[in-house]
Formats: sequence, structure tokens, C-alpha cells
Amino acid sequence: MSENTQKMPPLIEIKDLSASYNGERVLDNINLTVMKDDFIGLIGPNGGGKTTLLKIILGLLAPKKGSVGVMGGTPQEGRQHIGYVPQFAVFDADFPICVQDVVRMGRLGRSRLFKPYTDQDDAIVMERLAWVDLVDHKDRALSELSGGQRQRVYIARALANEPKLLLLDEPTVSVDIEARAHIYDLLHQINQHGVTILLISHDLNVISSYVKTIGCLNRTLHYHNEKEVTAEMLLAGYNCPVDLIAHGLPHRVLAEHGGGHE
Amino acid sequence: MCSQNTGADMSELLSYGFMRNALTAGVLVSLACGVIGTLVVLKRMVFISGGVAHTAYGGVGLAFYLGVNPMLGAVVFSLLASFLMGFVQRKTHQRQDTLIGVMWAIGMAIGIIFADLTPGYKADLMSYLFGSILAVTKTDLWLMLIVDVVVIGIVALFYKELQAAAFDEQFARVRNLPVDLLYLILIAMIGLAVVMLMRVVGLIMIIALLTVPAAIGALFLKHMHKIMWLATGLSLVFTIGGLLLSYFFNLTSGATIILVSGAVYLIALLLHHFCRRCHE
Repeated sequence: MSENTQKMPPLIEIKDLSASYNGERVLDNINLTVMKDDFIGLIGPNGGGKTTLLKIILGLLAPKKGSVGVMGGTPQEGRQHIGYVPQFAVFDADFPICVQDVVRMGRLGRSRLFKPYTDQDDAIVMERLAWVDLVDHKDRALSELSGGQRQRVYIARALANEPKLLLLDEPTVSVDIEARAHIYDLLHQINQHGVTILLISHDLNVISSYVKTIGCLNRTLHYHNEKEVTAEMLLAGYNCPVDLIAHGLPHRVLAEHGGGHE
Repeated sequence: MCSQNTGADMSELLSYGFMRNALTAGVLVSLACGVIGTLVVLKRMVFISGGVAHTAYGGVGLAFYLGVNPMLGAVVFSLLASFLMGFVQRKTHQRQDTLIGVMWAIGMAIGIIFADLTPGYKADLMSYLFGSILAVTKTDLWLMLIVDVVVIGIVALFYKELQAAAFDEQFARVRNLPVDLLYLILIAMIGLAVVMLMRVVGLIMIIALLTVPAAIGALFLKHMHKIMWLATGLSLVFTIGGLLLSYFFNLTSGATIILVSGAVYLIALLLHHFCRRCHE
């Protein structure tokens, strides 16, 4: 956006990364650079290593080989500038907590130990709730909300620490179609406001129409900083492109076979 | 008149030093129970708490054998068991429940073997199994007060972090919160609460008093701190109510306390069920 964009170091820089899970190699020789204002969608089948990649970026898992830089430091150093939206399934749906208190968690940090929430915290929390259009629901119990509303709460929480990068793990799983569009519109606006976004999903159909660039991840990463998904990428990523195309892939993201138009 | 009769009984009751101690113990135990029980229920650590309680019996037996205060043995074993089980739950990926179950049984067995090895009268060992709130001493009360102060102080200090880690540990970790340390602190607090409760309801029934009040609270309330308050209140009602019932009907106090809480839990579950139906 600004002239110093080019001088800015990458937010995430992954080089020659490999990782194993339960003895099985789930990521092989991954290279990925995320620059400011990117909006990257990584698609791939379940078990393709998507969540593992996110966990490595967040410093929750250690890679077997290769290097990961986050905001110019290690993942542990850089992750405080990341807003993380975990996969839906990890939450206890009955946990007794209200919407506002969930979003407040985004304000927590090591430097905030022993210090109560401040008025400034609450002001930011309310602003984020306004962004995701949930101000009226701030005192409601999380368990009373719909799937789409809950996902927006988690996005607001991730944004509450004023992150440079938003990292989303399957943001539209267990969310109905209308709510999906709402969430992607929201992410689009957030990205326009200068927050870089990296999301992973197995749902190619939806993300392809919103993200700026797209990649396929299935043990190896096929990402060329482009919007189009080539047949080769799909083939490499899924091994069964026919099935995907039959599911109604929006045709503007699919390049001609052979990539002649690139 | 019946009420006068009860009134007379009550004042007679309070004239006994052991009864005053028992009632004070009920209050002190309820505070820790409400606060820690809520975290145990929300973090789904009920089984691990049961494991800690039973393993602590090994410490009671060992203390008897060595001729030191059984509470001391219980505290040491309980904390050791807490850390060991916490480690198992955090660091091993498979068969956690098996490992915890095995430790549970081994702890009990150690206690029984040491009791066998100890010469003389051992009836007092039974009071740790089934509880004897009427045998609570002044020293026990002071210990309970210290545990309360520690537990409530820590939870008040780290409330928002404990809540965040209970709700979504991964997110808490990404926010650079000391999640492992918090877990360690929590499990140590469970260990202390377990020793306290052992005097009141006995280790066999600890799980019930630790979880039922908080479980009822979680049915109806949507804020962790409110659940803690309600659980403390309920726990107070259960211990005092159970104690009085056991006194008037000449029953075992620990078991009466548990049955009172069990009955209220059942009613609460039914109420919750019908409330939901009415709303829908």
C-alpha cells in the first residue's frame, strides 16, 4: 500500500520446512512468504498438513527441518502479533462464558499478568464487536449463539490484540452458507483495513472467490503468488481434480488446462 | 412444640466443641470446593481429581506407619500425585485414563499395606476413607484456612488467565500466557483441596463434593465467577445440611452430605431439563 511496503520484511517466511506427525511426514519442503496486505487461502484435503502448518507458524509445534520466521523473529517471539482463529471443533460448546469475555481474551498477554482489564481494553473490545456486528450480543452466553455468530466472536477475539496478521483455521466449517458469505465479506473488509490474512480450508469453492492468492497444500505446497488454481496444482494437491471440478468450482479461478493463459 | 424442640437441640448442638469445629470446617471447605470445583468441572478434570484423592491415601498410610500427622502425608502424596497425573495428562498422548486409573489403585494399595505394617489400633484410617467431619481438630481448621487463603488468592490473581486457559488453551498459548505453569498451579490447588475434603467426606466421596455444586452452577449460570459463588453456597448448604441430618438421624456424616448433594443435583438436572423444554 505505502511506499515502504517493498522495504517491509515479510510477516512470515518459511524455508524448506518439513514436519512429521506420529512418525508420518505431513509437510515436505514447504516454502512460503507472506507479505503485508496479502490475503492468502491455502486449500487442501483433510490430513494434508494444513493445521500442522498453522501450528508451526504459531510455535505450537516444532518443525523437523527448515526455518520459520514470524515478524522477523521466532514463532514464539512473533506470535503476539498474530490474531489466531482456531478450528471450530476445539471449543467446548457449553463453556459458560459471555461474548464480551471471549473477545477480551484477545487482550491477554504475558505483560498483562496481574493487571485487570482496563477501560481501554473494553473500548477496543466494543470496537471489534462492532466490526463483526455483534455489539447487541455482547452479554449473551456464547452457547446461545449460532455457528456463524460464534465464528465472528472468535474473529473479534483474534482482532482484539490489534494483530498484523490474521490466521484462520477452517473458518467456515459448521457454518451455514449465508453465514459463510458474511464471514468472507468480513474478512475482505478486515484485509482492506490493512490486516494481512492467511487462512486454510478444505472448501475450495468458497475461498477462491474472496482471497487474493491461493495455494494447494497436500504434504507439499503449490503456491505461486497467484489467484488462479491450475489443473496441475489441483492434481498435485488433491490427486482427484475431476471430483472437485464436478462440485462446481467457480470457473474464473480455474486456469485452462496446461496453463496457457498464464 | 416441634420447632422449640429443634431450637433446643440446635443450641445443645452448638455447645459441643466438636460440632462448632465441624460447622466451621463446613464453611472453610465450601470456599475451596466452590472455587476449585468450578475449574475442575469446566476443565473436565473430574477423573484426575478422583485419582489424586485416592493416591493421597498412600500418604495417609505412610504417615501412620511413620507416626507423623496423616494430613502431612496426605498433602505430600496428594501434591506428588497431582504433578504426576498432570504430567501424564499433558505429555502422554495415549491411555491417559488407564495410567491415572492405575495410579489411583496403587496409591490406595500403598496406604492399605502401610496400615497393615503399622501395629495397633487402626480405626482412624477409616475416617480418611469415609470422612469424619466431627473429628476435625483446631489444627485441621487452621490448615483449611490456609488452603482457602492460598486457593482464593491465586484464583483471584489469575482469574482471567485461568479462564482463558480453561476455555481455549491453544489461544492462551499463542497469547504467550504461561499455560503450563497455570496448569501446574491448578493441579496443585486440586491436590490441596482434596486433602481438605478428605477430612470432611472422605476420599471415596471427594469427587462428588468437588463436582456436584459446580456442575449445578454450570447448568444455570453463564459466568465462571458466578458459578464459583453459587457452588460455594451450594457446597455450604450440602455440608451443613448433611451434617445436621446426620446428627439428628444418627447417620454417617460424609455419606449423608454426599446424598444430600446428589439429591439436589438430580432435582437440578430435572429442573434444567424442563426449563429448556419450556423455552423451546
